[in-house]
Amino acid sequence: MAKLKHWFASGTPYIWLNAGAVSLSLIMVFGLVALIAVRGLTHFWPASAIAFDYLEEDGSLTPMMGELVDTETVITSVPAVDQPETAKETVIKRHLIKQGNRDHAGLDFRWVNEKGMENRHYPEEIMVIERREWGNFYGYLKSVNVGAVTHEGRDHWEIFQSAIDRSLDLIGRIRHIEKDLIGAINYKMEQLRLDERGLELRGVMDPEPFAKIQNARAALQEEYNGYTGELEALYKQLNKDSYIAMLADGREVTMPVAKVVRAYRPNEMSFLDKCGFYLIKFWEFLSDDPREANTEGGIFPAIFGTVLMVIIMAIFVTPFGVLAAVYLHEYAEQGLITRTIRIAVNNLAGVPSIVYGVFGLGFLVYFLGGNIDRLFFPENHPAPTFGTPGLMWASITLAILTVPVVIVATEEGLSRVPRDIREGSLALGATKAETLWRTVLPMTAPAMITGLILAVARAAGEVAPLMLVGVVKLAPSLPLDGNAPFLHLDRKFMHLGFHIYDVGFQSPNVEAARPLVYATAFFLVVIIIILNLTAIWIRNRLREKYRAAEQH
Amino acid sequence: MTSPELATVPASLSHDFKSASAVRYRRRRGFKDAITRHLMTMGGIGVILAIVLIAFYLLYVVLPMFKPASLHQQAAYPLPGEPAIETLDYFMEEQHEIGLRVTSDGALTFFNTGNGSLVKQLQPLKEASGEVSAYVAGDPSQYLLAFATRAGQVLLIKHRYSVTYPDDKRRIDPYISFPLGEAPVSLTDNTIRLIAAQSDADRATIAAFTDDGRLLLSHFTREESFLSDEATIKRSSDVFIPVDGRISHMIMDVEQRELYLANEYGFISYFDISDKDSPRLVQKVHAVPKDAKITSLEFLSGGISILVGDSRGVIAQWFPVRDDENNYTLQHIREFHSQELPISAIEPEYFRKGFLALDESGKLGIYHTTAHRTVKVKQINTSGVNALSIAPRANALLTESDSQVRFWEIDNEYPEISWQSLWGKIWYESRQEPEYIWQSSSASSDFEPKFSLTPLAFGTFKAAFYAMLFAIPLAIFGAIYTAYFMSPRMRAVVKPSIEIMEALPTVILGFLAGLWLAPFTEMHLPGIFMLLITLPLATLLFTFLWQRLPAPIRQGIPDGWEAAILIPVLLLAGGAALALSQPVEALLFDSNMTLWLNQHGIGFDQRNSLVVGMAMGFAVIPTIFSISEDAIYSVPKHLTTGSLALGATPWQTMVRVVLLTASPGIFSAVMIGLGRAVGETMIVVMATGNTAIMDMNIFEGFRALSANIAVEMPESEVGSSHYRILFLAGLVLFIVTFIFNTAAEIVRQRLRTKYSTL
Repeated sequence: MAKLKHWFASGTPYIWLNAGAVSLSLIMVFGLVALIAVRGLTHFWPASAIAFDYLEEDGSLTPMMGELVDTETVITSVPAVDQPETAKETVIKRHLIKQGNRDHAGLDFRWVNEKGMENRHYPEEIMVIERREWGNFYGYLKSVNVGAVTHEGRDHWEIFQSAIDRSLDLIGRIRHIEKDLIGAINYKMEQLRLDERGLELRGVMDPEPFAKIQNARAALQEEYNGYTGELEALYKQLNKDSYIAMLADGREVTMPVAKVVRAYRPNEMSFLDKCGFYLIKFWEFLSDDPREANTEGGIFPAIFGTVLMVIIMAIFVTPFGVLAAVYLHEYAEQGLITRTIRIAVNNLAGVPSIVYGVFGLGFLVYFLGGNIDRLFFPENHPAPTFGTPGLMWASITLAILTVPVVIVATEEGLSRVPRDIREGSLALGATKAETLWRTVLPMTAPAMITGLILAVARAAGEVAPLMLVGVVKLAPSLPLDGNAPFLHLDRKFMHLGFHIYDVGFQSPNVEAARPLVYATAFFLVVIIIILNLTAIWIRNRLREKYRAAEQH
Repeated sequence: MTSPELATVPASLSHDFKSASAVRYRRRRGFKDAITRHLMTMGGIGVILAIVLIAFYLLYVVLPMFKPASLHQQAAYPLPGEPAIETLDYFMEEQHEIGLRVTSDGALTFFNTGNGSLVKQLQPLKEASGEVSAYVAGDPSQYLLAFATRAGQVLLIKHRYSVTYPDDKRRIDPYISFPLGEAPVSLTDNTIRLIAAQSDADRATIAAFTDDGRLLLSHFTREESFLSDEATIKRSSDVFIPVDGRISHMIMDVEQRELYLANEYGFISYFDISDKDSPRLVQKVHAVPKDAKITSLEFLSGGISILVGDSRGVIAQWFPVRDDENNYTLQHIREFHSQELPISAIEPEYFRKGFLALDESGKLGIYHTTAHRTVKVKQINTSGVNALSIAPRANALLTESDSQVRFWEIDNEYPEISWQSLWGKIWYESRQEPEYIWQSSSASSDFEPKFSLTPLAFGTFKAAFYAMLFAIPLAIFGAIYTAYFMSPRMRAVVKPSIEIMEALPTVILGFLAGLWLAPFTEMHLPGIFMLLITLPLATLLFTFLWQRLPAPIRQGIPDGWEAAILIPVLLLAGGAALALSQPVEALLFDSNMTLWLNQHGIGFDQRNSLVVGMAMGFAVIPTIFSISEDAIYSVPKHLTTGSLALGATPWQTMVRVVLLTASPGIFSAVMIGLGRAVGETMIVVMATGNTAIMDMNIFEGFRALSANIAVEMPESEVGSSHYRILFLAGLVLFIVTFIFNTAAEIVRQRLRTKYSTL
């Protein structure tokens, strides 16, 4: 005992316990990133489809088919058959099966006990279909009906694939007409309506501008009619093909090819096939629009919205942050006031982000935006233009949120510029402004970039204020498009962080959406880690550079 | 620079500093310099002001809530209609443009409230019905009036207003309708002394107290005919309620379920009349002290509370409270003492829980019940006031005194806000006892908003508390080791890794906490708690064994790499604890710990404070770690080397010298971490149930200030009390974090100067 006491008195165990705290922190950091990576990245891998007969509790057999998603062991009380009153506790292993077919089976996920799974096998012909509605489909392909001809037998899979390709092509064309061409017409129509309303508000009596607007409107209408005819033909062609598939329980169902996004047979794919499939899926995730209430498809609009917002924010935050830092460090008289300001700026970095959101909503959106609408957009009244949350207000809110980061980083950079460099420049007759522009600021540039990167990283991950000032779960159109003035600062937009919150917590089908949320989270984490590592790297290089400068 | 000595430089280098172009150039440079100086100064000050603006803007939105109410007379004019006849009552419509004077001859006079000019005069009560002996107004929301006559007849009238917009201008036309038909209903043969009446779309109830001392309750139902559009009114029941003593006041609630009688001895009888055939006396209470009399009795809007004004000038709020056996008893809730003379009239607001009270001297008080607040007291006339009426939106008032009608404007937008209603315990209507409740909106219209910030602030600090419980030991111990014992090569990797943790978006932590950690914790609850024991134990055991290993093996790993060696050890110990979770649960907790907790009276939510504590702890560990590591690392080296040279062990040096010197820095690290935990939003939105309960139970959720703002702000109406209270919540967060951060910053600056002098 005394020995043990002595051992503790030596302090070694305490040091090791402290070491344990570091180890635990490291385990948590890397464990978290690994967890997100594993869950997010495995989502795109084509899992094998399993078929089995499930022994229900009432003794009947249900044929089932699907992917094995999760496994857990639980303790349950199973009443013994002969003595129902004495429940016996047993450890059972159960699996979560994604059986898809929400339109036929009702539930697309189901927990099954491993004990009840009989006759497990992996038939090569199981096909998985990703659809535009009702989630995945699992079953066997029976026949394909293309152009009123029914194909059965050996080559029907190839015919099915080519039918899908055709329908995807058609859908691409339809979408181009609907979104780009007709969207542009609608936009112009709305502009005309606003012009007309503006004329009315200004009390213009001259009929000429009104007639011009009428003519333009008639031209647009004609163009629109042309497109609708074309669309009708395309839709007719699209809805022609269908296929018949067999469910696990032997039922046969007929479904339109037009609703198919992709069909594949995971059990007959080789490893290379799967790798190719993985890459295609991953690319789809990055480049495509979301489907089915954001639970399927890609996150492109969210990436786009995040990037655009961050760019606009950077345009606001960099000059103002640098200006404030230069003023504080170079021009303001150092004393109590600058010290107070410095403390205040430091503190603002610690003010909760939601407070900035409240400020953004109250001051920017309702006060500034409301007044802008009254002054510049009276023809839009009562529909708000800038008096509602949107891209511009979100960017400015985040710029205010991150301006302390830039100020602090830039000031640190300014204070690292050796004194003799500044004095040398002044001694050679340069004015203060010239010293600043030619020597001090260029030397501070890396520090500014560090600040900007940190600001961008913070902005990209911030969600709470954005929920108040402009983010939506599904934006009908991107804030940047082909209609003048191209950049629509008043539009609402999608954001990666909010996407995670929304899909993970507000989605109607959380189980189906979960892998996608992990994938989105992984993507966001990777971006932010890369940004931060870059900032750290620049900072370290900068320090070494100045250390060299100071030693001269 | 232009001194003559300079002229001695060799001709090849000489330069004419006085030439016109040189002067121009210098002037331009000087000009540029000045411009830059001004631009920088302006811009810099501008940015700093913009940042400061945040605090002031929050304050600017919050302050109107605490502005005192005001009451201004806008117009005074002679009584509209017949001035000689006694006024019974006044009303106004929503826009308070048109007023209505009800007189004792049964006439209705509509007039312009701005100047008293007549708009319309109606005489619905014909002379044949006899003289008016009693009058009452129904619930304000129903616009109902009831006249009772000496002949025992009753006429119900609704005054309504149609709003049209001919030529884009608002035009309001008054009209009246008769819920029980244009002809008065014969209720009894005796003179009616007191009446109470309510009527809605398909039924009406009238209580009449006649001069022979009997109380008659009559119920009418309206039946639509299937064949024609006509509706027939059926008198469905008539009962006499036995009463004792002389009744002085009688009121019926808008739902026609409760009847309150006050008698001259100060007793209030509470009748349940929901069964119209057999009214039931629930309770009789003595509502005022022996020497006082009840002088006024009214319902508060919503028809749940009654307001009792007495001869001492006290107004008391009472309402029925349900006990555990589902019995209702009338309870005294709160009193207002701002007036001294007998209360002559109480006028409830139409939609809010506020009311006006008038005493005999002509002193007017504006009150709010929930906030227990006397908003304003004003002597509006010295010789008494005959009648008063508040506009439906509570923004205007009509009074009659000295044969003049006075029209007042009231500015009283936020009566429900008081220190008490924001932070105190409030006894809300239909509640069993005073409570702290946040419930900002509800589906029903007669809802009493509950704006107590206390449960939200409690939630915020509960979250911060559990987060700090998790984060402080890990972060500070980790910082001690990293700064002082870790090898520099490992430190170069560890420090950035933990700092990057700080940049992880909290939405990701919140999502993992809500969707992965919460179910995981529920499944492995005993295992999570066993981690608290197994991890330190495993570390100690491993240390013990490690030191007993042969020296060659030990020396294979240099000093300062203990943390790396411990990683597999901790992983193994953690895995073991989690694997043992189920057997332990089966052994100790009947194989279901959550159920076991519930059986022992401890509530369990899946998304609970334990989960939030871990997730938010994770979020603040890097902040605390990084700052305290800096503080420990920058303790001057000569202090530690001195201590070691004097024979102290490294651990002794650590505890007695380094920690002592760095403790202010560690304190400021904890403060900054706390500030971050208090304001964190996404984790608490996603990982708790967001129910505003006040309970320290680690297994239950909470609703934090920040989460509340994020959830409710988008739906809040601009400029409403709710909107401003959410701003107040934001301001509270701002101030709290600002205080924490400033304290931390000042401590840190002091420390920096201290280090530089050591």
